[in-house]
Amino acid sequence: MAAAAALEAVAPTGVLWGLVQDFVMGHQEGPADQVAADVKSGSYTVLQVVEALGSSLENPEPRTRARGIQLLSQVLLQCHSLLLEKEVVHLILFYENRLKDHHLVIPSVLQGLRALSLCVALPPGLAVSVLKAIFQEVHVQSLPQVDRHTVYSIITNFMRTREEELKGLGADFTFGFIQVMDGEKDPRNLLVAFRIVHDLISRDYSLGPFVEELFEVTSCYFPIDFTPPPNDPHGIQREDLILSLRAVLASTPRFAEFLLPLLIEKVDSEILSAKLDSLQTLNACCAVYGQKELKDFLPSLWASIRREVFQTASERVEAEGLAALNSLTACLSRSVLRADAEDLLDSFLSNILQDCRHHLCEPDMKLVWPSAKLLQAAAGASARACDHITSNVLPLLLEQFHKHTQSNQRRTILEMILGFLKLQQKWSYEDKDERPLSGFKDQLCSLVFMALTDPSTQLQLVGIRTLTVLGAQPDLLSPGDLELAVGHLYRLSFLEEDSPSWVAALEASGILATLYPVAFSSHLVPKLAEELCIEESDLARGDGPTKCSRHLRCLQALSAISTHPSIVKETLPLLLQHLCHMNKGNTVAGTSEVIAVCQSLQQVAEKCQRDPESCWYFHQTAIPCLLALAVQASMPEKEHSVLKKVLLEDEVLAAMVSVIGTATTHLSPDLAAQSVAHIVPLFLDGNISFLPENSFPGRFQPFQDGSSGQRRLVALLMAFVCSLPRTVEIPQLNQLMRELLELSCCHSCPFSSTAAAKCFAGLLNKHPAGQQLDEFLQLAVDKVEAGLSSGPCRSQAFTLLLWVTKALVLRYHPLSSCLTDRLMGLLSDPELGPAAADGFSLLMSDCTDVLTRAGHAEVRIMFRQRFFTDNVPALVRGFHAAPQDVKPNYLKGLSHVLNRLPKPVLLPELPTLLSLLLEALSCPDSVVQLSTLSCLQPLLLEAPQVMSLHVDTLVTKFLNLSSSPSMAVRIAALQCMHALTRLPTPVLLPYKPQVIRALARPLDDKKRLVRKEAVSARGEWFLLGSPGS
Amino acid sequence: MVGGSGMGGGLLENANPLIYERSGERPVTAGEEDEQVPDSIDAREIFDILKLLRSLPQRFKMDVHITPGTHASEHAVNKQLADKERVAAALENTHLLEVVNQCLSARS
Repeated sequence: MAAAAALEAVAPTGVLWGLVQDFVMGHQEGPADQVAADVKSGSYTVLQVVEALGSSLENPEPRTRARGIQLLSQVLLQCHSLLLEKEVVHLILFYENRLKDHHLVIPSVLQGLRALSLCVALPPGLAVSVLKAIFQEVHVQSLPQVDRHTVYSIITNFMRTREEELKGLGADFTFGFIQVMDGEKDPRNLLVAFRIVHDLISRDYSLGPFVEELFEVTSCYFPIDFTPPPNDPHGIQREDLILSLRAVLASTPRFAEFLLPLLIEKVDSEILSAKLDSLQTLNACCAVYGQKELKDFLPSLWASIRREVFQTASERVEAEGLAALNSLTACLSRSVLRADAEDLLDSFLSNILQDCRHHLCEPDMKLVWPSAKLLQAAAGASARACDHITSNVLPLLLEQFHKHTQSNQRRTILEMILGFLKLQQKWSYEDKDERPLSGFKDQLCSLVFMALTDPSTQLQLVGIRTLTVLGAQPDLLSPGDLELAVGHLYRLSFLEEDSPSWVAALEASGILATLYPVAFSSHLVPKLAEELCIEESDLARGDGPTKCSRHLRCLQALSAISTHPSIVKETLPLLLQHLCHMNKGNTVAGTSEVIAVCQSLQQVAEKCQRDPESCWYFHQTAIPCLLALAVQASMPEKEHSVLKKVLLEDEVLAAMVSVIGTATTHLSPDLAAQSVAHIVPLFLDGNISFLPENSFPGRFQPFQDGSSGQRRLVALLMAFVCSLPRTVEIPQLNQLMRELLELSCCHSCPFSSTAAAKCFAGLLNKHPAGQQLDEFLQLAVDKVEAGLSSGPCRSQAFTLLLWVTKALVLRYHPLSSCLTDRLMGLLSDPELGPAAADGFSLLMSDCTDVLTRAGHAEVRIMFRQRFFTDNVPALVRGFHAAPQDVKPNYLKGLSHVLNRLPKPVLLPELPTLLSLLLEALSCPDSVVQLSTLSCLQPLLLEAPQVMSLHVDTLVTKFLNLSSSPSMAVRIAALQCMHALTRLPTPVLLPYKPQVIRALARPLDDKKRLVRKEAVSARGEWFLLGSPGS
Repeated sequence: MVGGSGMGGGLLENANPLIYERSGERPVTAGEEDEQVPDSIDAREIFDILKLLRSLPQRFKMDVHITPGTHASEHAVNKQLADKERVAAALENTHLLEVVNQCLSARS
């Protein structure tokens, strides 16, 4: 037993001896990890390792000693947490002593000390002792980079865990460190060293008399000039060094007296990056500096910033200069003043004003804007600065506006004023009288109104923007000002539609109406209402076009100002009333006018969506009214009123569909349920009781044997039920679905059958999975198959199939693939083939009225990608198998699918389709041509190598298409010709003369947009293979 | 130019010259998008895109002159520009061609 135990004790030590020998004498690296692992697992102790090393640690040969210490240090690095305090003390003593040893030994000694610096068991006093020893014995900067890094790590470790102890060293620690890092050149080490300096300052270590030395030893790197070597494995960027050095330099006001002269010097240098870095550093400094630090340098700082902004060599320098000025001013504004001290802010701002003011008086000269920007940068810093500058500059600018009479000069001046006004919004003033603008309000208003009446559009535009900003100042404008302002906006609302001032005036009206609803209700709405009526009774004069355009302007203005609930309560009844009047035959209502009213209503509805109350108000006011008008128009009549039939036209119904949809999507489910309980019975049972006007000459039975006019109104039902939230239950759904299905295959009127098919599809898409959905689907499939087989309803059945397929594709329903296959089969149908090809466009595109995300339809985001993956292989197979005369249908279907797919998704798939695409270039259909060209163009840019194999075909086909009758195809073909120049030049050179000759023709194309592409394509081809290109 | 150096005066840098507004991109009009309407080549188009003979339809002839009063040796340059052989010779100068091509190259 005893012998066995002894053996056990001896055996590991024997192994240890072997390992140590292998490492020290055999120069193998593996044993170090083995020893460390054994120590960790408790096979032997650190003491035993030291004993085993014994002689090698005292070997006269420095290399052997170094090897021995290296082994010990590596073991310690892995096992420092196991050390006992007593062991640590001995090890530290040993290592400190070794620092005096031969230089070959030092790296390993430092590794050991690094391991010990991580020790929790390090007794107090030893950290200081280690650092003192290093400072004294080691000349750090003559060590290699790795070992210098080790020294920094030791210091960092101690600073993290022994802060108090280190602070006990006082300024000696700082001095020691300054000596350590003095002359450091490696970016990896600098990042660590900067971090240490930053911590020295921010954790309040004593700097003693060494502030300037510490500044010197870091600021000598400013501005950082470092370009990482290519393939740098360390990944240190110039920006990393800049930011970490900036953190040091800008960390304390104590550096200010040294740093500010340096920054000024570097801003004044010729080097762009030095200017930028200096300005950014100055900006950072302002966060910690006060008046005291800045005082002596303000004149020079201002001179430098002014020069950089005035000269504007680079926009970035200008921006940084302005940012620095802003921070400087903010810093001066922040400092607490002693009672007797001079306020530096005032004198600083006075300097700026003195240098910039006079430039503001020369609106044609270059320095006007830099001066304004400087003043605005300073004014944006604090309320005090803003007051000082605004009170000085505003009177000057107001005066200059009147002195200069040219519109463009006035525009510059007003634009500057606008800049200063916008700054006011940053500061809130408690006391109304304190607001610096109140004194200038009248002058500002009269200036703005002058601008609004100026013939120059540019000046008008600035005037409108200024009015909006003035309006946003709380309690600034008086009711009288507002009345005038509204009057101007009224006038501007009647400018031509494409005039930018008109657009801006409407937008401004919308913004101001939310702030001043009363002003708009009392001064604008009545005027617009009057305008709508006066013109109606003024018909006799026959000024048709002006009337139409004035009416249109009124309608647009009414919708633009419907931004406040209280205004909607006036504009909506007005618009509806106008619609009723038109329908009553008081006026010759053209289709376009009715549509214009509907568009206006739709815009109002859109603005109401934000506010639930307005939303419900709009819904319950507008929808019954619109339905009543439509039902009225659909009634059989004795006298044939053309006017009423206008409401039943396709375009008018489409416009009403969009109003109803917009007014429904944002309803809360319970309110929507109230509405659905009225509207579905209206269509199914002819229950008209909820309509505002419900004495009609006949019954409303769109699904029974009602007139064709009544059937058309199913589109309105569709707009409503297909926009409802998914949770709203639809009454009599089963009956409704069957009626819709029936109507969808009724051959009398394509409009109503399509509306029915869309409505059916829209409901199907939202219906939860289950037995009822399967029943509806079965009914639909039966209906489609019966219709497609033969007879007069083939086209209607096809439309139904298309919409049902779309509804299912969007929600990833399993049956969708089956229906898509059916659709693909129809591509070779002699009668329906072309329609089926176009159907793919519908499947892939976004609808506006049904099956929309806004209308709560179930639309999976990746449905296009999925459709592509699932169906393109079949389309390609179908193409190859199809007889020649129907091949174009397959190409067109494919084109639609490819066209709608995001290009990045498409690109990796295209090479497999390349042969097909090349064939498609010969297809006579311009839709196919266009889509193919738009697929090939990015492919030419992304995969020139693959494409260069086909250069001959591509050149010939593109050139052919560049004389296509379709302008879009010509443009796309020329863009492809341009993209072709990305192919390797040797491949292209043989074609160069031919191409240049051929491209001379589109240079003289009758369309400018084509000529533009021809010029750039031909220019690129000319450059191919030329020197310097 | 206001504030510029007088004729024959020393090299005075004009620190605050008159400035003119830069016109924006030419907006695409409805007519330009209509297949049926032919767009005639106008001055703006010449300015925008047709800066070189190679960008013009063949039916055009091109004359290049220095704007009167903008160049010290206006007449001498105009004379050289009018000399066809001289222009052709200039284009055979590879270095010159290289510089011109660099200016034209959109990729750099």
